[in-house]
Amino acid sequence: MEKNNKNNKENVKVVGFWVSPFVHRVRWALKMKGIKKYEYIEEDIYNKSSLLSEINPVYGKVPVLVHNGKPLSESSIILEYIDQVWNDDFAPPLLPRDPYQRAQTRFWAKFADQKVLESAWMVLCSEGEKQERAVKEATEALEKLEEKLKSGNSIFFGGDTIGYLDLMIGFVSYLYPVWEEVASVKILDALKFPALVAWQSNFLNHELIAGEYLPPRAEAVAYFRWRRSELIPVYNRMY
Amino acid sequence: MADGVVLLDTYFSMFGMRARLALAEKGIEYEYKEENLGDKSPVLLEMNPVHKKIPVLIHNGKPICESLIIVQYIDEVWKDNSPLLPSDPYQKAQARFWADFVDKKVYDAGTRMWTTKGDELETAKKDFIEALKLLEAELGEKPYFGGENFGFVDVALITYSSWFFTYETCGNFSVEEHCPKLMEWVKRCMKKESVSKSLADPKKIYDFVLFLKKKRGFE
Repeated sequence: MEKNNKNNKENVKVVGFWVSPFVHRVRWALKMKGIKKYEYIEEDIYNKSSLLSEINPVYGKVPVLVHNGKPLSESSIILEYIDQVWNDDFAPPLLPRDPYQRAQTRFWAKFADQKVLESAWMVLCSEGEKQERAVKEATEALEKLEEKLKSGNSIFFGGDTIGYLDLMIGFVSYLYPVWEEVASVKILDALKFPALVAWQSNFLNHELIAGEYLPPRAEAVAYFRWRRSELIPVYNRMY
Repeated sequence: MADGVVLLDTYFSMFGMRARLALAEKGIEYEYKEENLGDKSPVLLEMNPVHKKIPVLIHNGKPICESLIIVQYIDEVWKDNSPLLPSDPYQKAQARFWADFVDKKVYDAGTRMWTTKGDELETAKKDFIEALKLLEAELGEKPYFGGENFGFVDVALITYSSWFFTYETCGNFSVEEHCPKLMEWVKRCMKKESVSKSLADPKKIYDFVLFLKKKRGFE
């Protein structure tokens, strides 16, 4: 019998881009809640359609979740929405119920985006001295994340199983190594970050994730090589 | 004091003001500790080792950091009075979206207005006004962003109004001229005691910014 029968009657659309980690979060969250029947619309973010400016007039970005005709953007906000709307016996909670634990989870999700992802992106889009500085920041950010994971005494950030924080940090499992390869650096290594490296494979191999929605590595590498070449001169001017 | 509530903060911070405002809205008594950011206290460093920033809410000895996360925490723990976030999931998500927009767009442009000059300043002014106009459109004809009641987005944005005088003076423009409806909303909010007692004095903020500009050579 299909899980969440009632949910399949509701209209869910996701507008995304194949390589965006923000989109993957949303798709994993829906999958965790047992929502598999939805329309996925691939958007070419370099040639945006009128749909995107209609459903995300403020930022014009992906992902956008459209539920019963109502659009929502910003992945962290979409995930909390999904968690609130779909919560019954068949849909495991993504966030903890305790307010203090929720606050901690939200704090680390923000840290993951503002520090871990940002610094890794800067490593990808820089070279020379700028890249060295970015590598230092990226390392520091990962150190804090490693400590956080170790202090939880469990294999996932969400405890014994995957939660909101694992989904938000998910990009570290598959995109981080891609960016390292493209940027010709190695930051996230097993000696310095044993807990995070173990988490990477536990996350990717978890039955709920099973590498789904992820771009083929060769294509991702080619895409980010292109982004790096485009963005190095831009960031050189800006920073 | 409600189960030991302490707030580590600084008078001028629009982020700290949000925490003060949320506590005031809920009628929560707490201990306020003014931090000297040039000489951070051991408590601050212990309670926010990751960012070493204010505000930090300490509740029963446990720290909560990041202003909007603090406000949500306060709303969830003291949920029986003056709810700040709507209970409807979609409306709640929309409130979070606009509060996040304030941080993404208003803060950055505002900061650039007192830390840059010339063309950069003009760009900052343009970005700032654009962001306020979008917020004004979102407010529409409602008395508050939260509808009939003061809510999460109101808390997120009203604290920036104490910095408007500084931005206007540095950028040589008037918020009222570009966003009259938004200024009406500011005046409406300032009539609330929780707001007027939580916000810093705009002139004092401007003096502080002048001091910072001199210190950092931004003149």
